[in-house]
Amino acid sequence: MQDQLINIKGVGDGLRITLDEAEEWSNITALLASRIDQQSAFFSGARVTLDVGARPVRKDEMMSIKALLDRRGLTLAVVLSDSQTTLDSADALDLRANVSAVPAPEPVDGLAPFNPEEEGTAGVMIRRTLRSGRTVRSAGHVVVFGDVNPGAEIQAVGDVIIWGRLRGMVHAGAHGDTNAVVCALDMTPTQLRIAGYLTTSPQDKRQKPRPEIAFIRDGHIVVEAWE
Amino acid sequence: MTGKVVTITSGKGGVGKTTTTANLGVALARLGQKVVLIDADIGLRNLDIVLGLENRIVYDLVDVVEGRAKLRTALIKHKSFPDLYLLPAAQTRDKTAVSPQDMIQLCNQLRPEFDFILIDCPAGIERGFRNAVAPADEVLIVTNPEVSAVRDADRIIGLLEAERKGPGRLVLNRIKPDMVRKGEMLAPDDVTDILGIKILGIVPEDENVVPSSNSGIPITLNDNSRAGKAFHNIARRLMGERVPFMSLEESGGFFKRLGRIFSGGGG
Repeated sequence: MQDQLINIKGVGDGLRITLDEAEEWSNITALLASRIDQQSAFFSGARVTLDVGARPVRKDEMMSIKALLDRRGLTLAVVLSDSQTTLDSADALDLRANVSAVPAPEPVDGLAPFNPEEEGTAGVMIRRTLRSGRTVRSAGHVVVFGDVNPGAEIQAVGDVIIWGRLRGMVHAGAHGDTNAVVCALDMTPTQLRIAGYLTTSPQDKRQKPRPEIAFIRDGHIVVEAWE
Repeated sequence: MTGKVVTITSGKGGVGKTTTTANLGVALARLGQKVVLIDADIGLRNLDIVLGLENRIVYDLVDVVEGRAKLRTALIKHKSFPDLYLLPAAQTRDKTAVSPQDMIQLCNQLRPEFDFILIDCPAGIERGFRNAVAPADEVLIVTNPEVSAVRDADRIIGLLEAERKGPGRLVLNRIKPDMVRKGEMLAPDDVTDILGIKILGIVPEDENVVPSSNSGIPITLNDNSRAGKAFHNIARRLMGERVPFMSLEESGGFFKRLGRIFSGGGG
């Protein structure tokens, strides 16, 4: 019964707590307190991402749940919600707030640093060709359903997947993740960067375009067939 | 009449925007359309020169926008084509003398009286570009078969899409069939491959264009010029006609023939 109202999941060094949207607030906070108390040793010291779904949480309610977590040695770090009221409340308490649904497909410049352990696999999906002069920066992964033309740039903290021709500049793992990859149906980037490594496309005209994947191996960017 | 506003733009300078605007204007007028050309390149006007109307300018676009002259008074009628008019740019001001809203209002005043309102856009992507594009019903992007010009065209198409004016149609200017055949110049297919938009016309390189622009007689009035013919075809396509493209092979043959005639005649 409790499990359906409150879901607690360990993600890396943090916890993701999802609260039922409809249950009485006082009821659900009491339940949450007792759940944490049962396993306090296990939870202690964790950073918490709180997902309240569509529930509007007022500022005083937000303060009380933050205090509730604080008293149990947990830090409320991120609040996820579709409700503007909730997001405003989180804002007022200087918490990081995010819409819980996938954000708008339009990329947003200057996102906060991405923590995949807190936010799962966030990313942007762009359903058109990126033309010269267009820059996309994402704190997560970037998927493009179209071409990336010369003069366009993508910077992603995570991976970059181009379902089309990559002819512009791409930087995956922009915060230093050497496990990041770049995939494209036709890989002829002006310049390709992964974490701190950089390469360019060979000058000679390639044969037939084929899907390829780029990643770091032994301190170099290598490109192989994407299968 | 509800005139159609067509803006001719390119991003890069020197690819033939003004030549295209002048020639399409003349070609449309010859096809019986009532046309007004607006030079939106304030501070660097030259559409008047290409049309041979430089010495007739009294008032300009900025005079109209700032209320010193009535629109009717500022319009210059072409000497050979009574249905072709020019609204020249100011030479002593800059792009900020006019706002996008001014351009929209101006075009709305012109629409009832003309079939086509062609706007010659300045190079660049700043205020002048936004002025010229704001009132457009359709945008033509002029480019050359060069990597740098195509890159700028791509940027422009992206900006047009963002303004919901895109993607526009392409005029590929100054193509040299011989060089394309030898793989030394981008082919029309290479250009559309990158830009992904429709081609409205392909204009072959023609050394008669420069002298004709200098003398104020647009090349489309020269019936022996392939460039002139290409502009004529583009004008017909703008009017909604289906006109097949001239084959580049054929034009290569034509150039070769022409070359033989010249070398024979010149000894």
